Amino acid sequence: MEPQLIKGNEAVVKAALLAGCRAYYGYPITPASEIVEMAALYLPEVGGVFVQAESEVAAINMLYGGASAGVRAMTASSGPGISLMQEGFSYLAGAELPCVIVDMMRGGPGLGGIGPEQGDYFQIVKGGGHGCYRNLVLAPASVQELVDLTMLAFELADRYRNPVVVLADGSVGQMMEPVSFPEPRPVPAAPAWAVTGTAATRQNLVSSIHLEPDVLEGHIRALEAKYREAERSEPRWETWRVEDADIVLVGYGIVGRVLRAVVETARRRGIRAGLLRPITLYPFPTRAIRALADSVRDFVVVEMSTGQLVEDVRLAVEGSRPVETYGRVGGNIPTVEEVLQFVERTILVGARVPLEVSPNGQ
Amino acid sequence: MASDTPAMAVVHGRSPIFYRRFDRKDDDQHQTHYCPGCGHGIVTKLLAEAIDTLGIQDRTILVSPVGCSVFGYEYLDVGNIQVAHGRGPAVATAVKRSRPDSIVVSYQGDGDLAAIGTAEIVHAANRGETVSVIFVNNAIYGMTGGQMAPTTLLGEKTTTTPRGRDPAVHGYPLKVCELLATLEAPVFLERVALGSNKQIMATGRALRRALENQVHGLGFSLVEVLSPCPTIWGLDPAEAQTFVRETMTRTFPLGNFRDRSASAVPQRLAVTVPDLGELPRILGLGPASGVDGASDTVAPASPVPTADHRIVVAGFGGQGVLLLGEFLAEAGLSAGYHVSWLPSYGPQMRSGTSNCHVRISAVPIDSPVVSRPNVLIALNEPALRKFLPSMEPGGLVLYNADSVPVDCAGSGAGITPIASTAIADRLGSAKVGNVVMLGALLEATGMLPDSALERALHRLVTRERWYELDRAALQAGRAAVRRMTAAPAEPSLAQDPAMG
Amino acid sequence: MDEARDRGAVAIDRDECKGCGLCVEACPPRVLRLSGELNHCGYHPAEYLGAGCTACGICYYVCPEPGGITVLRRQVA
Repeated sequence: MEPQLIKGNEAVVKAALLAGCRAYYGYPITPASEIVEMAALYLPEVGGVFVQAESEVAAINMLYGGASAGVRAMTASSGPGISLMQEGFSYLAGAELPCVIVDMMRGGPGLGGIGPEQGDYFQIVKGGGHGCYRNLVLAPASVQELVDLTMLAFELADRYRNPVVVLADGSVGQMMEPVSFPEPRPVPAAPAWAVTGTAATRQNLVSSIHLEPDVLEGHIRALEAKYREAERSEPRWETWRVEDADIVLVGYGIVGRVLRAVVETARRRGIRAGLLRPITLYPFPTRAIRALADSVRDFVVVEMSTGQLVEDVRLAVEGSRPVETYGRVGGNIPTVEEVLQFVERTILVGARVPLEVSPNGQ
Repeated sequence: MASDTPAMAVVHGRSPIFYRRFDRKDDDQHQTHYCPGCGHGIVTKLLAEAIDTLGIQDRTILVSPVGCSVFGYEYLDVGNIQVAHGRGPAVATAVKRSRPDSIVVSYQGDGDLAAIGTAEIVHAANRGETVSVIFVNNAIYGMTGGQMAPTTLLGEKTTTTPRGRDPAVHGYPLKVCELLATLEAPVFLERVALGSNKQIMATGRALRRALENQVHGLGFSLVEVLSPCPTIWGLDPAEAQTFVRETMTRTFPLGNFRDRSASAVPQRLAVTVPDLGELPRILGLGPASGVDGASDTVAPASPVPTADHRIVVAGFGGQGVLLLGEFLAEAGLSAGYHVSWLPSYGPQMRSGTSNCHVRISAVPIDSPVVSRPNVLIALNEPALRKFLPSMEPGGLVLYNADSVPVDCAGSGAGITPIASTAIADRLGSAKVGNVVMLGALLEATGMLPDSALERALHRLVTRERWYELDRAALQAGRAAVRRMTAAPAEPSLAQDPAMG
Repeated sequence: MDEARDRGAVAIDRDECKGCGLCVEACPPRVLRLSGELNHCGYHPAEYLGAGCTACGICYYVCPEPGGITVLRRQVA
C-alpha cells in the first residue's frame, strides 16, 4: 500500500492486525502507551479482544490464556513492565505457546528514565525468567522494519511455538516515518494443540509442569532442539560495506542507522569501515560475525547500554580480534560525530595491528 | 458381591467426567494424589458432577493453579490449562473472551487466590468476567508444607506462625467473599463448606449454580469452599471435618453474599468480524481523504538531491509544536523525501515544554535525533535559549516574537523574529500560530513545494473550519517573511492591512 | 439383617481407597467400617458390612476419591 507517515507505536498495532493478531492485553507505560491505546481502538473493530489488564503480570498471563486458546495474541510494554512480565515469559516458553511481545525499551535500572535505551538486551536476549528457555528476538531499526518484523514475529511464534519479542528502543515507537503496509493476511485457524472448549480439543493440555526429572529433561531437550533449529535457520542481519572493511561497526536498532552514517563519513575520511547490524538478536548472527573476523582487524560495538550486545559479539569473534565497545545510556542516542571520534581513537590507540589508512577509503 | 446382582443398578458412581485412568499421573494412576480425607478430592468430584449434569464436558476448560490442586488436569476429562501461581483469573479472562462458547473454570486455593493472585481475582471479578471460580480455602499452605495462608485463623499455629497467628503481626484472616461483595459486577458469591454431609450437598448445589450462570452468560461467579486439610492440620479426617464445621465457620460464616442469578442479563457483546478486505479501510491504511473527500495521491516529486533539513521545533505544550513537525514530515514525504519525526515524550511533554525533531532528506535517514539542527523553530524564549547553542553555524532560526533578545543576536545563526502567536490571534485563533511559522519557514527557505504542503494539510486537518484557518495562517506566515525581506530594519506586522 | 430386602449396596474399590474413614463416619445406617487388612498402598480400606445399605449416596459424596465408592440401588420391577 501507498507509504504513509505513521508513528511506530501505532504502526505496530496495525501490523499485528494485518498479521492476524486478534487479541491484545496490556498496561500503559511510557514510551509504549500508544500501543495499548491503538489496540483499544482497533481490536474491537476487527472482531478481536482487547483487555486493559490490571498489571503487566496480568497482561502476560492473559497472553498465556489467549495463546492457549489458539489465538494470535500480543502485548507490549517497556523496561519496568517487561520486568514484571518475566514470570510469564518463562511459562509461555515452557508451555510452548506462540505469542508476540513488544518491548519499547527505556532507561533503567529501576524507574530509570523514559528516554530510549537498549538496556533490556540481557533480560530479553539471555532470558529474564527462570529456567532453560530462549525468546526469539527481533530488533527493528525503523518504523517500516517494526511493521515487517512484527508481522514476521507472528509467523516465527507459530513456527517455533515460542514467544517472540520485538525489541526496539523507545525512539522507534515514538518516531514517525513513512511505512508501506502489506496486504492483510488471513487469520489462521486455531492450532490442533490449542484448548478451545470443543470436543475436538477436549483432550488437549497446556502446561509447563513436569515433575519427573527424566520427563522434564526430555522436555527441555526438545525446547533446546527447537532453539538449535532456529539458530540454523533464522539468524537475520544486514551488512554494509564490509567486503573491504578494516573496522566493522556492530549495532542494532536505531544505533544501526547511526552507524551507517558513521561508515559513510569514516570512508570519506579514509577509514575503511563497514557495518553489521543484527536484525535477530536471538538467534544471534554468530556465524556472520565469525566469518567477518577472518578479514576484519577490529570490531567496534556501539549500543545504548553499557555493554550487553558486545558480549555476544565477543563470543562470536572467539577472541580472534579486538572488540571495542562504545555505549550511551540514560536516553541518549549516540551521534555520528561521537562514534566517529571513538572509531578514530580506536584506530590510533586500540588497534593491535597497524592499520593502513588510505587517503581515499571509498 | 452386590454389584454382581442383576437387580442392582449404580446410582452414585465414578463420574464420566473423570478420566478412566489418570494417564497424566506418573504412578498410582487409579487414584488421586490427594491425601486421605482431603477436601480437594470432594470438590473435584462435585465439580465433575456439575459438569456432567449440565452437559458441558466438551465446552469446559479447567484452569489449574499452583498449589495442591495443581494437577486438576490429571483427573478431569475436559480442556485443560495449567497456569502460573495466582494468575488463573487472568488466564481465564483471556480464554473466555476469545472463546465465549467455552465454560471456563478457574480452580484456586487460598494462597493462589487470596495471596499471590489477589490482584487478578479482584480485577477479574470487577470486570465481571463470565467465568466460574472455585476457591478452596483450607486456611493453610498445603503443598509447601504448612505455612500461613492469608486465611489462616487467628491463633492458628503454622510453620511460619509458630506462636500462632497474631493479628498485630500477621494481620487478620482475609475474607474473600466479603471483599468481593463490595464490587458491583459479580453475579454470584457464596461460601460453603465440607464440614458435614449437608454442607457437602450444599457445596454441590453452589458449584452447579456457578457453572449454570456461565452457561447462561451471566457473568462472574465464585464459590468459596471451606475445606479440610487433615495432613497439615494434624487431625484425622473426621476431626478435620469437625474443625471445618465448628471452628472455621466462626471466622468464615457460610452463606450467600451475592445472588443476581435471576436478575442478571447475559453480558455477551455482539462481535462483528469484518471481511479481510475491509481491514485496510478500518485501519486507515488506504488513501487518505481530507475535508473535501478528495484523494491525496502523491504527485511525481522532484526532490533536491542535496536536501538535508535537520529541524528542531520547540515551545510549550499547546502551541502545536508536535503538529508543526508532523506537517513538515508529511509534506516532506509528499515531496518525495525521506522523512522522520521524533517527539519529546513523557512527563516533560506534560509539564510545559515540548519539542520534536524532524528530518527531511534526499537520502535515507540515519538517526531521527537532530543533535545539530540547521533549522530551529522556537515558539518561545526558553526554547530559543535551549536549542540555539546546538545550531549549526549559518542555520536558520525562526523565533516567535517581535524582536530577538539582545544576548542571542550574535549567536552566529540568523534569527528571524516572526510574531506567529500575535498573527494567529488576529486571524482568530492562537492555535494556528504553528502554521503561521510553517508558512514563514517555507517562504524563507523554499524547502518544500506548495503542492506538498497542500497535501499535508489535506491529510492532517480533517475539520473544515481549521482547514480554512490553517490555509490563511500559512499565507500570513509567508507574508510576514516577505515583509521582513522588503523592510528588514523594523518589521511592524500590525500595520499590514492583510492582518487587520 | 436380610440382604435381599436391602434397598441398596455399596461397592468399594479397595485399591483406590485411602482409608480416610469419612464414609464410615458419614454413613447413616452405619454399615461401613475400615478393614483390618491393608490394601496395596498400605491403607486399611473401607468395606461394606454386607447388609443394611439404604442407597442414600452420602458415602459417595464424602469420599474424596473419584471411584472409591459406588452406590447401587435395588431396581423396582
